[in-house]
Amino acid sequence: MITVIDYDAGNTQSVCKALEYLGYNTELTGDCDAVKSASHLLLPGVGAFGQAMDNLKKRGLDEAIKEYVKSGKPFLGICLGMQLLFSESKESPDVKGLSLFDNSIELIPGSKEFKVPHIGWNSLDIKENSRLFKGIRQGDYVYFVHSFYLPGDFEHVCASSDYSVKIGAAVEHENVFGCQFHPEKSGETGLRILDNFAKMK
Amino acid sequence: MHTKRIIPCLDVNNGRVVKGINFVNLRDAGDPIEVGSAYDKAGADELVFLDITASSDARKTKLELVRRIAEKIFIPFTVGGGIRTIDDIRETLREGADKVAVNSAAIMNPKLISDGAEKFGSQCMVVAIDAKRTSDGSYHIYKNGGRIDMGIDAVEWAVKAWQLGAGELLVTSMDCDGTKNGYDLDLLKQITDCVSIPVIASGGAGNNEHFYEALTTGGCEAALAASLFHYKELEIKELKKYLRDKGVSVRLTE
Repeated sequence: MITVIDYDAGNTQSVCKALEYLGYNTELTGDCDAVKSASHLLLPGVGAFGQAMDNLKKRGLDEAIKEYVKSGKPFLGICLGMQLLFSESKESPDVKGLSLFDNSIELIPGSKEFKVPHIGWNSLDIKENSRLFKGIRQGDYVYFVHSFYLPGDFEHVCASSDYSVKIGAAVEHENVFGCQFHPEKSGETGLRILDNFAKMK
Repeated sequence: MHTKRIIPCLDVNNGRVVKGINFVNLRDAGDPIEVGSAYDKAGADELVFLDITASSDARKTKLELVRRIAEKIFIPFTVGGGIRTIDDIRETLREGADKVAVNSAAIMNPKLISDGAEKFGSQCMVVAIDAKRTSDGSYHIYKNGGRIDMGIDAVEWAVKAWQLGAGELLVTSMDCDGTKNGYDLDLLKQITDCVSIPVIASGGAGNNEHFYEALTTGGCEAALAASLFHYKELEIKELKKYLRDKGVSVRLTE
């Protein structure tokens, strides 16, 4: 069973449907006890950093997530759900994130060639021995939609993509994983990544 | 490497694909999900479903379709046709669409663009623009499927849509649509020079070179076609190899 956190953060259907397509049961919930007792926890998210943190806090989900993560069971944040793992974001400068990682989320600089938001398929530069990307080929493509990004030099980045700057496409540290891109919208490659997560112990 | 996108467009009426589809091994060539999956496998980067259902239960048919697509297709998809209100947008996204395309309703009520962008994010607001050249060489936008000349300059409208919060523009040349003589590069270039959001070229594609032109000279991030792909006049993989060899970055997986 994959527990998907429901906190009014846009389209949560797609990731549930992708997991169900792979044969996993999903539970969409905003209940703190369900979150703490999950075996696999997934934090999706589309929207703004500050609003999303507000929504989590209102429900006490910020503390529930931190408690879950301490248990050592696998956690995956997707898109904004990955950014929320960090301490701060230029998108909402006065708001503190979940702070599981101490780093700042920045605005993509952008140019005539590299438009913001970064929308579309980009290739991955995957670090060796990544568990999240097991079986994924170097240079495979995934689908991104975002304006803010984790700088690719952050120590726990396990895959990066180029978009005028080096973007942290995914992070991996112990039991905590995050994808800036949308695995649920990245075709076969994305489904494989979700399957890797769902199979983690 | 960031890549340019190739997007097949499917016209859907009463839950069925209406334009001819020439895929082999399809059990049901009229089923949008089968056709969409086939395009996913063929290398499409994204899909656009244009719902042209006119019956009284069009809304219900559309939402049912979106739900079914979202269960089986795991690349981004846009749904257009008959989306008029914030509630229409909310329902369509909730059933699993990644983006909605608005056209006539946005012309009549431009606030729909800003409200949609504010509530659901710019990334899901695609403004579709049907443009036709006038006798003085400028372009006007048309509404109601190209039936009514609004007397509004297409480039000005594109800029306005962008400023209101559109995440992408889907620009169709009514002059070129169906001709297979190429996209309207003049129209596309005028628009891409003035906005800083992705523009999807539509209308007129007939061969590989036309896509190349739209993605280079035209300044577009993506190019869309319908019958060209449906009738297998062009294979997406072959098209992408052509583009790659010409130096355009595309998503090409073996």
